[in-house]
Amino acid sequence: MADITKTNRRDFLKIAATATGGLFIGFYWSSCDSPKMKVLSTEEVLSKAHNFNSFLSISPDGDVVIYSPNPELGQNIKTSFPMVVAEELDADWSKVRVLQAPLDNDKFDRQLTGGSGAMPHSWERLRKAGATARHLLLTAAANQLEVDMASLSTEKGMIYHKASGKKLTYGEVVMAASELEAPEEVLLKDPKDFTIIGTPIKNVDNDDMFTGKPLFGLDFYREGMLHAMIQRPPFGMKIKSVDDASARSVSGVTDVIQYDNFVAIVGTSTWPLMKAKRRLKVEYESDGNVESTFDHDKIMKELLDSKDARVMRQDGNVDEAFKNAAKVITSEYQCPFLPHAPMEPMNFFAHVKGEEVELIGPTQTPDAARMQTAQLLGIPKENITVDITRLGGGFGRRLRADYVLDAVEVSRRVNAPVKVTWTREDDMTGGAYRPAVRYRFSAALDAAGNMIGFKLRGVGLNAGNSVRQDNFPSGAVPNLLIENINYNSSVTTNAWRAPITNFLAYAEQSFLDEVALEAQKDPVKFRLDLLEQAKSSPTGSVNYDVDRMIGVIKDAAERSNWGKDSNVKQGFSVYFSHRSYVAQVANIEMINNQPVLKKIVASTDCGIVVNPTGANHQVRGGIVDGMGHAMFGNLVFENGLPKQKNFDSYRLIRMKEVPEIDVNYVDSGYDPTGLGEPALPPTGGAIANAIFAATGRRLRSQPFIEQKEFSDLNLEIRRG
Amino acid sequence: MANYNLRINGKNYEVDVEDDTPLLWVLRDHLGLVGTKYSCGIAQCGACTVHINGEATFSCTMPISSVGTDKVTTIEGLSDNGDHPVQKAWKEVDVAQCGYCQAGQIMNAAAFLKKNPKPSLEEIDNAMNRNICRCGTYHKIREAVALAAKTK
Repeated sequence: MADITKTNRRDFLKIAATATGGLFIGFYWSSCDSPKMKVLSTEEVLSKAHNFNSFLSISPDGDVVIYSPNPELGQNIKTSFPMVVAEELDADWSKVRVLQAPLDNDKFDRQLTGGSGAMPHSWERLRKAGATARHLLLTAAANQLEVDMASLSTEKGMIYHKASGKKLTYGEVVMAASELEAPEEVLLKDPKDFTIIGTPIKNVDNDDMFTGKPLFGLDFYREGMLHAMIQRPPFGMKIKSVDDASARSVSGVTDVIQYDNFVAIVGTSTWPLMKAKRRLKVEYESDGNVESTFDHDKIMKELLDSKDARVMRQDGNVDEAFKNAAKVITSEYQCPFLPHAPMEPMNFFAHVKGEEVELIGPTQTPDAARMQTAQLLGIPKENITVDITRLGGGFGRRLRADYVLDAVEVSRRVNAPVKVTWTREDDMTGGAYRPAVRYRFSAALDAAGNMIGFKLRGVGLNAGNSVRQDNFPSGAVPNLLIENINYNSSVTTNAWRAPITNFLAYAEQSFLDEVALEAQKDPVKFRLDLLEQAKSSPTGSVNYDVDRMIGVIKDAAERSNWGKDSNVKQGFSVYFSHRSYVAQVANIEMINNQPVLKKIVASTDCGIVVNPTGANHQVRGGIVDGMGHAMFGNLVFENGLPKQKNFDSYRLIRMKEVPEIDVNYVDSGYDPTGLGEPALPPTGGAIANAIFAATGRRLRSQPFIEQKEFSDLNLEIRRG
Repeated sequence: MANYNLRINGKNYEVDVEDDTPLLWVLRDHLGLVGTKYSCGIAQCGACTVHINGEATFSCTMPISSVGTDKVTTIEGLSDNGDHPVQKAWKEVDVAQCGYCQAGQIMNAAAFLKKNPKPSLEEIDNAMNRNICRCGTYHKIREAVALAAKTK
């Protein structure tokens, strides 16, 4: 397993005083060509002002400004990152201000929201920045007070010399500190001394969010800008003819432009575009690849028997194991395409000014937005600026830059600043979806009920690799075969919160439940036995930390009172993804012969919890998300178009449909790992396994509400 | 196009728009009051919730021609300094993840608590069921509404 506590990169710092005064510390996030750390003269700073990154600055009056480089979409990074810097700085949090940084490849590395990777990537860098600034402030204070630096202590932006009772504020020494040479190495705090990390610091955007300030991309306004909406073709179709006469007649519409396979409606405000879009008549014809859900189902079932599967992992001798098995269990699981459906629909602002472009809006990957714009226009990427607004959710959708390019295309054609807005219907039908996938699992048990063979074959529609060959139970089974088959569909797909594992975990954890019951073993004990096997006699590589997985399993079992109350029917699930471990237990009680889902117990090991409120949000939110989509999420295609076009037919989980969720963390002492995704994958399996325990109905496909096994169960969800 | 005199957040506004323009887009595009959000446009999610004469209303499907002289309150006008008990509770409980739906949630909660100052948890769930939060902050919303009711 990779050592996540160490970083091989050297992070260089630049330190300087500017004409306006204060200490500025800039990170160099790229490792290769950074200059040696040094103090810059004021002239040098000013001359380099265009590329100097004041990631952290402290003013003479003690105010601390921290730039947050990563897009914020609800994962709380804009609050958590600065907390880590402020911790090592020993800052007074009430004097910290956080600003969103624009895209800057020279200053930041991985300015991206995805893969739950921000915190593990940046943890040590952020700490070093804070610690370096503190070291310089202390050195300056020691010089001024003429005392040994070791005799000084810091707390909340103050420096204390206990022996003399003297004290200084950071602001009082910041100018002197800015004249000093940065240390090569700094001492980081012992985590037991943390005073900010591990506390429920509140979201830094609360005041603005709760009073309606313009924070999000859709709120952006520029004097003189035009609005635009785009009519996109159904998947697998192309434009045959366009009749835009009626659309053009709508008051407020200034232009209708056809380009490639799109029709853009341009106007002075949003509503006329919505009206015009309904009046726009576009006739489409097949480009040879128009698909429906009926075709998808058939394709996936057929391909499961294909001879062209790609072997992703093979351990031992699977054929032999299955031949010698006392019992063989085989099951298939399937899930549909899903839209991301963030609450803020896709939108972006672009102003193409000849060879230069200004981009502003909600994106999970500003770098891709810039690269693709540069490619589209044939201009150098340096000519393009990207400002990142707050994102009204993302879930992976805003890793694609299609809606950014919409704005660029229209702006260059109308030669004006343009904000493109997608309607909800555009968002649902023009999506890039979670791929539809079908899995076939097989397990071979020996006479004692040991799993001696395991096979998984996945078929995905534009899923890339639909399996995760090195995830549990790989390593724990002596004979194992994991295979993948990808089908190129005309329906575009994209990363969707916990890509692949958002359904693979459900299928795998449900199947393991089936196997445990066939082996007549308790589902928790069954998993623990496999993990003991992975530990004592591993087969092939083991790419998860067995002890950490055992840790969350035991914690969840204990706190859910697993198996101890016969009135409570329980389902177990555990998954390792995005470097974090999460086990969940769903509790169903039979009340008047009706199953009532009352509670989900979650146990998480994400290392050090940076912000407990933020972490609870991610765990609960991930569970609510996983549950909602397992139960309700369905997208049915007919001739290249989803039938579900808005929230009247596409059901999202609501207030009354969430059970109590009990959240706990296993303190493993590791550096923090990601939490935006890992709580989602286990949820569907925990609920499905509890439903089986309570009713004997096995749900092998999502969404549950579409399954005949579920339709007459009358499952109720009740909190408290 | 027609002229409309509107009473929003205690101020008078005059706009010249088509009769069928939803209040939502008048607020956002013509008056710059962008705290009220667009998400579904068909009165399903509650992101566009405002008060009309104190009643929680979906502004995305309310044509401007039907607003008349009714008093409109948006998130910007709920309080002078962001200190309405519901806003304070939202901060105290730290409700938001992405935050996009929260203005609508706050407006719905504020109207609800005015009518029902001492709600049961079940009544809170029923009232807040009309607003979708895609991030799944429902537990926190419930907690914040209960806290606002207590501290009012």
